[in-house]
Amino acid sequence: MPASLRELRQRRKSVMATKKITRAMELIASSRIIRAQQAAARTLPYTRELNRAVSAVATYSRADHPLTRPGGTPRRVAVLLVTSDRGMNGAYSSNVIKTVSQLRERFEEAGAEVTRYVVGRKGIGYYGYRGLSMAATWEGFSDAPTYDRAVEIAEQLLEDFLTPYEDGGVDEIWAVYTRMESMLTQVPRVRRVLPLEVVEGVHAVGEDTVLPLYEFEPSPEAVLDALLPLYVRSRIWFYLLQSAASQLASQQRAMKSATDNAQTLIERLTREANQARQSEITQEISEIVGGASALADLTEEAN
Amino acid sequence: MSQLQVEVVAAAGMAWEGPALSVTARTSEGDIGILPNHEPILATLVPCAAEILTADGRREVIVVDGGFISVADNRVSVLSPLARIASEIDVNAAEHELAAAEKRLNAGEGDEETRHHYLRAQAQLKAAQLARGRDN
Repeated sequence: MPASLRELRQRRKSVMATKKITRAMELIASSRIIRAQQAAARTLPYTRELNRAVSAVATYSRADHPLTRPGGTPRRVAVLLVTSDRGMNGAYSSNVIKTVSQLRERFEEAGAEVTRYVVGRKGIGYYGYRGLSMAATWEGFSDAPTYDRAVEIAEQLLEDFLTPYEDGGVDEIWAVYTRMESMLTQVPRVRRVLPLEVVEGVHAVGEDTVLPLYEFEPSPEAVLDALLPLYVRSRIWFYLLQSAASQLASQQRAMKSATDNAQTLIERLTREANQARQSEITQEISEIVGGASALADLTEEAN
Repeated sequence: MSQLQVEVVAAAGMAWEGPALSVTARTSEGDIGILPNHEPILATLVPCAAEILTADGRREVIVVDGGFISVADNRVSVLSPLARIASEIDVNAAEHELAAAEKRLNAGEGDEETRHHYLRAQAQLKAAQLARGRDN
């Protein structure tokens, strides 16, 4: 015999309430994705120009700069990871954290120490709970980052990068973020921020484009000095915006499947409740019939 | 006559783009004027009010907050983390910001950031006044 009718009805009601919430969250996420994607698209001209400029300086000047100089095998590596502030977005944050663990294993096998720079409450909570150290944390803007925040993060990373290893500085900076491939696929990506990898995927200036012979003012070194911090900021800004869009997309998907699950659960509970009601009625009838015939038997005997 | 193709890009998006006859901006070495067929150059900018003489003869004033100007093949790109079209700036707000920045500077906060902020506020006010002068 299944659960009682009253219980089934109660459960159905609570699932319906939950469904309303997840449905609302799904709609909110899908309306905000568009805005997040537009914000990410708006930074493309800036990123493109900056990449062109960095490529130009790096190609045409033999400037030896701490930000571009490969430092050999790294001894300490900073990993910036971008997670979300809130849950309800499927495996978004745990995918990033998993990727970071793999990256950390790789570095530790190579004998490098890893320090974490965490963005987003989920990541902070994960490492905090396990008592793992974090060099710096930022939270509260994972779904709508601002350029100022990117600057803040970049400053911290650059400062640690420029500190010598002996004083607690890092040799390399890596970033793990989630790239928004499409509404359906978002994949965690691992990128080296510093020392620079100027040629990077789709943003690289094509190999067949010949860059003009630039005159640098005041000097190639001074231009690099000013350019590279801007470049790092723009990278981080790009990662934050991509991650924000991905976060909303995975939230939308997670909430859609939650809504669908709630719907199937409601259907099942409705069926079970109907069955329970039917069997209650059947039982009542058979009790009445049984009672009536017992009475009839009694009267017959008395006669 | 050839024209310049100008793009002013800020971190938050494209601030202005279009054909132009000349561009004037202030680099760390001094003011620079770009006319068509200028040699390729990459220069660092200081906070300033950049002026663009557009192809249809208007003057567009844009506040830039440091960054770069790069010129190649008659393509000029001005790249600055914060770039705003001057006509969108409120003169009163700009004056207010400048006063606040000045006060901080005079109070002895002589660090890089305060100075930069002061310069930016100054450039912003100048640009806003220039833009207003044009409209009247």
